[in-house]
Amino acid sequence: MSTPIVAESKGFELPREQLAVIRWNIIFGFAIFAIGVLFGLDQAFNYAKVDLIKDYPGIHSYYQGLTLHGVLNALVLTTAFANGFVALTTARGLGRKLNGALLRIAFWLLLIGSLLAAFAMLTGQASVLYTFYAPLQAHWTFYLGLALVVISTWVTSANQIVTLRNWRREHRGERIPLMAFMSVATYLMWDIASAGIAIEVVFLLLPWSLGLTAGTDPLLTRTLFWFTGHPIVYFWLLPIYISWYGMIPKQAGGALFSDTLTRIAFVMFILLVPVGFHHQFTDPGIPVGLKYASAVLTFGIFFPSLMTAFAVMYALEIAGRRAGAKGLVSWFFRIPWNNPSLSAQVLAMLAFFLGGISGLMNASFSMNLRVHNTAFIPGHFHLTLGTAVALSYMGIAYWLIPYLYGRSLWSPRLGVIQSFVYFGGVLIFSRGMMMGGMEGMPRRTQLALASYNLPAWHIPGIMAAIGGTIMFVSVALFFVNLVMTVAAGEEAAQGDVPFTETVQPPAQTGWEAKLDALRYWVVASVALSLIVYGPFLIAYLPPHLNIRPLQFP
Amino acid sequence: MEAYEKSFLVASGAVLVAFLLALAYSVFAMGISMPGRMEMIACTADQKLRKVLRVTPPFDNPGVHETAPGKFDVVVIGQTWSFAPDNIELPVGAEVTFRATSSDVIHGFMIVGTNVNMMLVPGEVSSETYKFSRPGEYLLLCHEYCGRLHHTMSGKVVVK
Repeated sequence: MSTPIVAESKGFELPREQLAVIRWNIIFGFAIFAIGVLFGLDQAFNYAKVDLIKDYPGIHSYYQGLTLHGVLNALVLTTAFANGFVALTTARGLGRKLNGALLRIAFWLLLIGSLLAAFAMLTGQASVLYTFYAPLQAHWTFYLGLALVVISTWVTSANQIVTLRNWRREHRGERIPLMAFMSVATYLMWDIASAGIAIEVVFLLLPWSLGLTAGTDPLLTRTLFWFTGHPIVYFWLLPIYISWYGMIPKQAGGALFSDTLTRIAFVMFILLVPVGFHHQFTDPGIPVGLKYASAVLTFGIFFPSLMTAFAVMYALEIAGRRAGAKGLVSWFFRIPWNNPSLSAQVLAMLAFFLGGISGLMNASFSMNLRVHNTAFIPGHFHLTLGTAVALSYMGIAYWLIPYLYGRSLWSPRLGVIQSFVYFGGVLIFSRGMMMGGMEGMPRRTQLALASYNLPAWHIPGIMAAIGGTIMFVSVALFFVNLVMTVAAGEEAAQGDVPFTETVQPPAQTGWEAKLDALRYWVVASVALSLIVYGPFLIAYLPPHLNIRPLQFP
Repeated sequence: MEAYEKSFLVASGAVLVAFLLALAYSVFAMGISMPGRMEMIACTADQKLRKVLRVTPPFDNPGVHETAPGKFDVVVIGQTWSFAPDNIELPVGAEVTFRATSSDVIHGFMIVGTNVNMMLVPGEVSSETYKFSRPGEYLLLCHEYCGRLHHTMSGKVVVK
């Protein structure tokens, strides 16, 4: 007996005014994406030693463009999309409206925060890249803006918790619908994970940028950044997992197999927050033992992604076999590839296999010595964030934008083509970047004007430029489709959020039912964070506020 | 859970354990290590780090120092936007301990084609040991963004 993963499975509509706020978030996110991607083109050409940035109006330096590319795409777009999309999946999962005030507050915080940070970046007062390592110092509006963006996610989380609590009050003894469980778990994970960056920005960087402290502590701020900086990856990924687990099986014509397995995957992401030291393998001052511990935990976090690979591919297999596929692999070709939402996201999954494997290489510290801060790393994360996540955003948009506007997609065919073009582009781009990285080609460096060069970087650089251009063209095609849908798409009935059923229903008793006790997972995660970070902090604190800033680099 | 699921999960776990064993092998059998000692430079907020380094051993004397036959300490300071020294000459087979720091912002220290890859954090000392078995000219570069002219921060290690 199959079980829908949402309450009110016969149909549910959010109040119009709440849907409007969700629409603002999504549209704002994609508008930011458009700007962020513009600055991506220059990045790709830079590796082929072609300097495009001088032709960008009002932009003074390559690093200013790189900061805009990173902050807009990795921090603002991702937050806007998650705040909108996961609010929707929470409401749809529970079949219940959200708290309207909190929904609006979250949006305004995000908007104001993003504008503050954009002001600092566009005026050249925050060319500090998206990692903003002190003692590079940006204008205070940059830090305040980022803080507001983070606070907007907490308000979104509070909204989910309030809504879930109200639902539970009326549904005592029932399991949380799976779609709502995934949504709430995503933000609970992030609530813990974001503590590092929040402490860094509010207590150290913001007062320092306002001149209240003379110096700052580069190692401590960096460590706090990476406490958040790795699990922020889960914050990018888990909204996509909601789609991959909860929607793609339905869109493919199959079903998700196991309710329990899905919940375990999300719980593992809550638990395994403290792995950030693996971004600091080459840092001084961090004890090697903690680096080993972090490597082991990082391999642990690969496990729920392997579970996801299994669960989602199994769901696709169910779909292919229902469509009549026989044999070992033919099911993969029988899923509806002519649906752009599906083609984009299944291609995103394939990219994620490669992204995951290259991530394990980064996490292996002996390999890390070879690739740390080389082009290998952006090669890796354009497969994960740049494709698994970004291409899935576009895939989700192919149903979400029509859903939010009550119109049908302008051209599904163009959408399918766009997804394949993007996939081809990133394969060339990332292959080039990884190849260059293995030969020591540095990342975040204006190679077009660098005082050094190696022959081995030549071909990789050209591949990065070609692949990046193809990705850029593909995103342009996406925006054509998006704009034409909103402006000229045929009006259609709103429909419903796609949601799957699970073949194995959620257990009503036993240990499986205890997975819903989210507060215990949160406590366990906080405890694990203290165990991993405690020894370092005890040995290191108080902060050494002795290093002077390099202002507005 | 059904057998299909279980066997996949067991296989996933086994693969990860195998990878970890390979990592352990690289540490214990191949001797690949990461920087990580806690060694800080005493400096207060009203002192200039650059001036403090000038009187703090070993950074009061940057350069190549032979500590025993075939063994060298190489002391390097990274600053915007150069390394001091930026031309390091070593004999083939030299077993080198790099001891490096930054006098201003965070820099990178990578010698292309070797395992030498570390961050230079102001106020912290980075150390890594490497044996140069093959002659040649190696590119030393800063691979962490450190301001406007970051892409001009490089040097070389000549082994002959």
